[in-house]
Amino acid sequence: MPLINSPQDLRRVREETLQKRLLQNQASRIQIIVSMDTPAIAAGARETMQAILEFIEEEKLNHILVKKTGNLGFDSWKPIVQVVINSQSPVTYRKVSPTVARRIMEEHVVGGKVVQEHAIHF
Amino acid sequence: MKITRSMVLVSSDPLSLQRGSLEIYRRFQEKLESYQLAEEVALSTITDVGNTEASPVVVIYPEAVIYGPVQPENVDRLVSEHLYKGHIVEEMLVPKRHLPSRMAWLQSRKGSLPAQQRILLARVGKIDPENIEDYILHDGYQALAKALSKMTPQQVIEEISKSGLQGRGGAGFPTGRKWSFVASAPGNKRYVICNADESEPGTFKDRVLLESDPHAILEAMIIAGYAIHAQEGYIYIRGEYELSQKRFLKAIEQAHEYGFLGKNILGSNFDFEVHLHSGAGAYVCGEETALIESIEGKRGEPRSRPPYPTTHGLWGQPTLVNNVETLANVPPILLHGAEWYRRFGTPSSPGTKVFTILGNVNATGVIEAPMGITLREVINIYAQGMKNGAAFKLAQTGGSSGSLIPASLQDTPLDFDSPRKAGVSLGSGALLICDDNTCVVDLVKVLLRFFRFESCGKCTPCRIGTQRCYETIRAITEGGGQLSDLDGLLRLAEQMERLSNCGLGQTAAVPIRDMLKHFRTEVEAHIRLGICPTGICRMVPEDETAELIENQMV
Amino acid sequence: MKDQSTKDLPIAAIVEAAIEKHGTNYDAFIPILLEVNKAVGYIPLHALKEIRLRVRAPEDGIFVNEGRLYSLSSFYHMLSTKPRGRHVVIFCESAPCHVVGGRQVWQALKENLGLKAGETSEDGKWSLVTTSCLGTCGVGPVVVVDDEIYGNVTPEQVPEILARYE
Repeated sequence: MPLINSPQDLRRVREETLQKRLLQNQASRIQIIVSMDTPAIAAGARETMQAILEFIEEEKLNHILVKKTGNLGFDSWKPIVQVVINSQSPVTYRKVSPTVARRIMEEHVVGGKVVQEHAIHF
Repeated sequence: MKITRSMVLVSSDPLSLQRGSLEIYRRFQEKLESYQLAEEVALSTITDVGNTEASPVVVIYPEAVIYGPVQPENVDRLVSEHLYKGHIVEEMLVPKRHLPSRMAWLQSRKGSLPAQQRILLARVGKIDPENIEDYILHDGYQALAKALSKMTPQQVIEEISKSGLQGRGGAGFPTGRKWSFVASAPGNKRYVICNADESEPGTFKDRVLLESDPHAILEAMIIAGYAIHAQEGYIYIRGEYELSQKRFLKAIEQAHEYGFLGKNILGSNFDFEVHLHSGAGAYVCGEETALIESIEGKRGEPRSRPPYPTTHGLWGQPTLVNNVETLANVPPILLHGAEWYRRFGTPSSPGTKVFTILGNVNATGVIEAPMGITLREVINIYAQGMKNGAAFKLAQTGGSSGSLIPASLQDTPLDFDSPRKAGVSLGSGALLICDDNTCVVDLVKVLLRFFRFESCGKCTPCRIGTQRCYETIRAITEGGGQLSDLDGLLRLAEQMERLSNCGLGQTAAVPIRDMLKHFRTEVEAHIRLGICPTGICRMVPEDETAELIENQMV
Repeated sequence: MKDQSTKDLPIAAIVEAAIEKHGTNYDAFIPILLEVNKAVGYIPLHALKEIRLRVRAPEDGIFVNEGRLYSLSSFYHMLSTKPRGRHVVIFCESAPCHVVGGRQVWQALKENLGLKAGETSEDGKWSLVTTSCLGTCGVGPVVVVDDEIYGNVTPEQVPEILARYE
């Protein structure tokens, strides 16, 4: 039997998912979102993702949620990474090589200071 | 790194130049620099303003206000008041009666820039494409639920018709009409096909949608199936798009698990299945009948039409073939209503359009903008200007088969209607922007090489025509061109356009005609003087066999 | 490269697995050929026979001859009728990549590999082929080696990219 069998089910599932996400967001103070579509991967987004995960592992950081998304920003900026802290408005970084990713992790995620020269101001 | 938030256009038509518009431009450069606004405010010129009493004029976006006549000493005030503080300087505005009608359309875009209007890309970059929960949280499958529980199939089609949605594959056919044709065609089975064989060079809007928001396309296919009484749908994704295929397969799987596909969807007694069919590398399969042939396990050779797929499509049954981007419009229209949708774009071309920007500009990628945006706006606001400050020479819209737009036409609004009048086509929404280091003959040679390679060979005008055109243009780039060749090219172009069986051959001639229309001097320089003005073409014969191998024809 | 190297590959098993996945209806032909191409690197003639023998559903009126399967293999660019090298280098030669430096990258690829388009190296290591637009023009010029895609490629990076492959 599928999960959703009526419009009412859809409403309920949406509501439950929303609750689940709210709890998740409370548990993980920091979200890191990496753009992962073909141009991003061609520009090296996999290596960037790897560097972020390694940093979290090495530094034993908790409460960080790393997510992927599709197209984000312009292709010529890729790899692109977004950092959201305490559900504030996201900071978007362009041209994030593994080295830049480690810097963002150290200075912004851990140190709380935005890495200005890679940040995009919308 | 800052995002462009405003754009200043200084008129530079002959009258304005005479009245000192260059000085105004220079002052703007200076003032923007001293207010540290140079990064946020794009500065450009506009030629196509029509004669106005009030020239020289200055247009400022996003407010779309027109100041004039502007004197160099007014610039300081415009920068400090308007651009720095954000107050419109009312007393300097051009009085309405002095505005030529050509400027009127500028005002229709008021406030819409530079913030992009996102309908189709609303979720792109916000959700994890492989997570159905993310999609559901962002209004996902709400439109399907509304259609199945509150609307009849007929009402769904009516809503789409009312919205004025036009096919986004390039031709701009009214979508609602197509749906009603298929719904009313006699047949014992009907099919929905989503055309995701996006092979038009420079076009990747469908890939962005499939990779970033696959469930949206799936939802639209299910709704289309409900509207036209189909039980089965195919999505034909080109073989080169591996990630799109992977993510769409995952979406199909999740939709089954959640009950959006299969039997008795949302308790409505409506059954629907979607199959993913992979292309195997053939540009011509983007043509709908070639695509159907390919699904049926044949060479992708277009059928003769009529009959059209709406009555005789897949396996001979009535079939709806819609482009990915067209379908992406469906859920938002059903969810928010046709009236809401018509608020975007122009009256004759409602909605937004996804454009892909590429070439010699600072920012390349995908944007969604209202129909009716101009090339100049795209280049200066979204693409953040030409790379290395080079001059804009030409743009090609709509992939290989699109028009070449010279700098003088860059203020033509891009929608389905106006480009046709100005002789340019919007096509698939690809905008290849070239600077003055691009040789137009070399560019057209590359395009023709592509068509020659991709022609399926079924009909003669296309098979031989693309080959002959390519040979002629290649000879010109090698210093072997003759003036009579140009007439020959035009004749061939006309024959290909009139006699080819499908769009490939019919549109292959478009770049040739545009080249001769807008850049004839440059082509003639190759022939008469034996030089390539940009220094790109080598002007000596190249090895024929190398070329043949290069195109894998041996 | 000789046809011999494919003799050891279990063509029959590959075809069988592809049919298991896609069925034997008309719409399965191209997917089956794609699977064979992926597993073998190209479509050997004897694979066509294996497919013909398995696609038999007289009750549904479905038959196929090898000629038709061959005509499909030669029509679609992603299917190869000739053996390919262990690594296939694919270059996008469409206009968008062409105007942002694709010509120079293409030249570098040809020089570094010592191959022209459509050729396979003597030692069977490399094949060089061109493709039409891959839809990643935003990061052009684009080079694909096997399943890996590289964007924003410069002529200087070409030797470095090629060196990653054994």
